[in-house]
Amino acid sequence: MTMVLLALVVWCFGWWLNSRLANGPKAGTRAVKLLVPVIFGVTVLVVWELLVRGLEVSIVILPAPSLIAERFASSLPILWKDLSQTFLKGALSGYVMGCGAALLMAVAVDRSDFLRRGLLPVGNFVAALPIVGTAPILVMWFGFDWQSKAAVVVVMVFFPMLVNTVAGLRETSAMQRDLMQTYAASYWQSFFKLRLPAALPFIFNGLKISTTLALVGAIVAEFFGSPTVGMGFRISTSVGQLALDMVWAEIVMAALAGSFFYGAIALIEKSLTFWHPSQRG
Amino acid sequence: MKSFFAVLTVLAAIVAFWYAACVPMNIKGVLDAAERGGAEVMPATSKVRRDMGSFGLVAGNTFAIAQTWEQDRPRLPAPHQVISELWKTTVMKKVTSKRSLVYHAQVTLNATLLGFVIGTGLGILLAVGIVHSKVMDMSVMPWAIVSQTIPIIALAPMIIVVLYSIGVQGILPKAIISAYLSFFPVVVGMVKGLRSPDAMQLDLLKTYSANTSQGFWKLRLPSSMPYLFTSLKIGIAASLLGAIVGELPTGAVAGLGARLLAGSYYGQTVQIWSALFAAAILAGLLVALLEVIEKNVLKRMGMAS
Repeated sequence: MTMVLLALVVWCFGWWLNSRLANGPKAGTRAVKLLVPVIFGVTVLVVWELLVRGLEVSIVILPAPSLIAERFASSLPILWKDLSQTFLKGALSGYVMGCGAALLMAVAVDRSDFLRRGLLPVGNFVAALPIVGTAPILVMWFGFDWQSKAAVVVVMVFFPMLVNTVAGLRETSAMQRDLMQTYAASYWQSFFKLRLPAALPFIFNGLKISTTLALVGAIVAEFFGSPTVGMGFRISTSVGQLALDMVWAEIVMAALAGSFFYGAIALIEKSLTFWHPSQRG
Repeated sequence: MKSFFAVLTVLAAIVAFWYAACVPMNIKGVLDAAERGGAEVMPATSKVRRDMGSFGLVAGNTFAIAQTWEQDRPRLPAPHQVISELWKTTVMKKVTSKRSLVYHAQVTLNATLLGFVIGTGLGILLAVGIVHSKVMDMSVMPWAIVSQTIPIIALAPMIIVVLYSIGVQGILPKAIISAYLSFFPVVVGMVKGLRSPDAMQLDLLKTYSANTSQGFWKLRLPSSMPYLFTSLKIGIAASLLGAIVGELPTGAVAGLGARLLAGSYYGQTVQIWSALFAAAILAGLLVALLEVIEKNVLKRMGMAS
């Protein structure tokens, strides 16, 4: 009971601290902007820990954060193997192939107005579909190993990437294109010097959406069959054994991988599209 | 009208490609069946055929091409096989039958809609909180954004099993996954929408001495509608995905996800493809429905573009 009360106190204290910081004079500074979400996160973790202990919640319902951290630290080799199977082999290779193919396709489609008109509505429609459903088919075709996961990822990232790139390649204004024309620029010159740079914000938008999709595709595809390694495999078997601390450890790993992946793409974007209004200021 | 023909051409090209792809994909199975049936096949034993390329087999056995579109359990079913299976399992079967896709789609749809309503409701509430409270904005918003970069769906199996172990079964666990997936897009979109009125408009309301709730109902909420509908469309697609994935790990007996899983266990490719198409049609219908609502609402509000 004391733990529950303590949790309540911690929660109130964290909230009070944050409201002091957020409404205080230093609210606009970078440090406070970083500090406030961190305090919130830590408060949630502490409250979670105290509540789980105080109410004696069974481990098969919700393990405490300390238990998850312990499990995470003690099974790093397994987690690393799962990560390299699912993320490095499955998601990343599929991501590169799918996004690359979509980029090339978009450049080809962009040359023909007719194709663009036809493909854009179809692509938009397909991008909204639950494409993960193709996983059982692709697992059947490409076997249980990472190749089938990469294939699922390719199918998942292809259409969002295609739609974004095609939209981006249309971003230049008539004035800019005319200027290139007066310079007597060839198609490829104006492509590389004007239209591709102008399309970059859209391309990166597609790339960022695709990072999440790639991980989702690779993990869900493993629910349909995988070798005895991989995040999706570990999650589904650990759930079966009611080893929820392991499941949470995998989820932490997946979250870390997903955030780093997204962060990496966002960093590249920042360095390549520094001129865009959304990146300045 | 010109776009219509373009779309039609692209669709026709996709179907043509699909039929063409069926030939090399299925040729080995067809030849094995033909050999068992006593027909003359170009390399006579399946052992030799296994090492040959698919296209070589097609070239050597042109008579088998037509049969690649008619197989019982093909590696890649032809479009007409999928469509006839769809027809058989929707129109020809009673809706209450366990073999009717309408029945399975409706099971999934129930979970999707329940989850969608819960998710968007909570999402809008949180967005309102974030816009009006600086503390919430600074503490919760970064986490809401970060959570969009992580594969939340990995939680699905655990949510189902945990809820099962505390005695919650049926539609609710799936709906919770759906709600969870549609929650964050709605929060992020709605916050953007509620912040979309510019300083001039907010100042005008201040000169009218409008209080916060008047400002919310008369300015912020109406101007957030376009953003809301955009995120609703993303949210409903995510909800459907969540409901389908939620059916995978428990071995559910009903629902589109269960059909996918059963099909992959028993090698019923036609069944997998028809479940996939049913899911696609369902997603398309839901998004289209939201689009119609969006058009009408925005038109009546005088915001239609």
